[in-house]
Amino acid sequence: MTTKSFKRNSGRKPEEMRAPIKAKVGIIPNADGSAMFQAGKTIAYASVFGPKKMHPQHLQNPEKGTLRCTYNMISFSVEDRIRPGPNRRSTEISKIIEWALEPVLMIGKYSNMVIDVHINIIQADAGTRCAAINAAAMALAHAGIPMKSLVSSVAAGKIDKTIVLDLDKFEDSEYDEGEGSTDIPMTFTPDGKLTHIQVDGKIDYKQLKEAIELARNATKEIYEVQKKALKDVGGSE
Amino acid sequence: MSNKRKIIIPGEVISKGEEYLPGEGTEKKEDQIIAIRFGLAEEINKLVKVIPLSGVYEPRRGNVIIGKVENITFNGWIINIGAPNNAFLSLMEVPRYVNKNGLEEVMDIGDMVIAKIWAINKRGIDLSIKSKNLGRINEGIIIKINPNKVPRIIGKEGSMINLIKDETDCNITVGQNGFIWIRGDKIENELLAKKAILFVSKKSFIDGLTEEVKKWFSGEKGK
Repeated sequence: MTTKSFKRNSGRKPEEMRAPIKAKVGIIPNADGSAMFQAGKTIAYASVFGPKKMHPQHLQNPEKGTLRCTYNMISFSVEDRIRPGPNRRSTEISKIIEWALEPVLMIGKYSNMVIDVHINIIQADAGTRCAAINAAAMALAHAGIPMKSLVSSVAAGKIDKTIVLDLDKFEDSEYDEGEGSTDIPMTFTPDGKLTHIQVDGKIDYKQLKEAIELARNATKEIYEVQKKALKDVGGSE
Repeated sequence: MSNKRKIIIPGEVISKGEEYLPGEGTEKKEDQIIAIRFGLAEEINKLVKVIPLSGVYEPRRGNVIIGKVENITFNGWIINIGAPNNAFLSLMEVPRYVNKNGLEEVMDIGDMVIAKIWAINKRGIDLSIKSKNLGRINEGIIIKINPNKVPRIIGKEGSMINLIKDETDCNITVGQNGFIWIRGDKIENELLAKKAILFVSKKSFIDGLTEEVKKWFSGEKGK
């Protein structure tokens, strides 16, 4: 099915990720943990505060700690200025990020406490939730939160009939030839287990499996970048 | 078996083999020891643990800490020690008679206090000032550093802190939660000690730090 001659707008091969992929840990001195993640033109900054006491009191959970993510797009992150402040989309993505991270966190002992993760998108070119999850995972590790492992996130998708990796803004929302485009953001642990998957568009069962496999291999590369960033911060700060 | 400490990230395998024991910040999975927290991996007598490099202060029993009186209740004081939960100093843990109507005469809101953690339970942290050198702080200056840097400020068997004490002629008390109390005869000495401590916490990752600090002191005094 895959057409070999398929050309992407950006000149990338179908299974090629955006360049550059960069990560940096410990960029916000006032936070307990912080990290930056960049994939192509998308840049996310994550800062972690806590564990700290949960307020208001009725939100406290005596059984285990709570993870609270706040995803925010800075008004200048996109071409047309977006109105600052939370909106329907950002609250939804915040929740998605919580769900993607929770399976690896070991916050059972932090009863009645909350771990706040603030994610700011400085520059957006599609794939912001993936960049946000990657940055948040590093920032949580940097804050010393017990975790089973990191998580790495990437999107795969389908443009017309071709399976592609890491869709950019044009491919995600402007491409409308043939079958159009499908965007599938996914999050994996380093041993290849899925913690989050979303599908936006149409795709058949066989191609979905193909896309998952493609993303699973790509996250290994992202994991190495995250790992290196965390090791580089070392004792400095 | 290398004794060199290595930076480890969550999920990374520290060592392999049945003979290793999992310590703090690690977990055993089949025959592997896996890190569950970011920090430096250390192995002593087959016990593997992770020394934290960052994050908030985690209170432990027996820690001497410096906190701020946040509130007064009918039988004690609520003290902020920079941990997720506030600590409680009960009236019973004060070594002298206290008038129940005049708690604020012993310690008022906003006062700094040096105390010891004597119990940690589900309900909170209990403090005591029943030992020597504990109680309200009346003079000197208090600075705050990253609590993960406290072992570096103290040094091996107190080598670093003793060096700073000798060089500046100051009395220095280091709270495990990152608060440091400095008191000396002259304000210049106190400020020099503060500068030295901030220098150590900034350069905490280099080897041979004690020598470096000695050099720094001779530079500062030559000015």
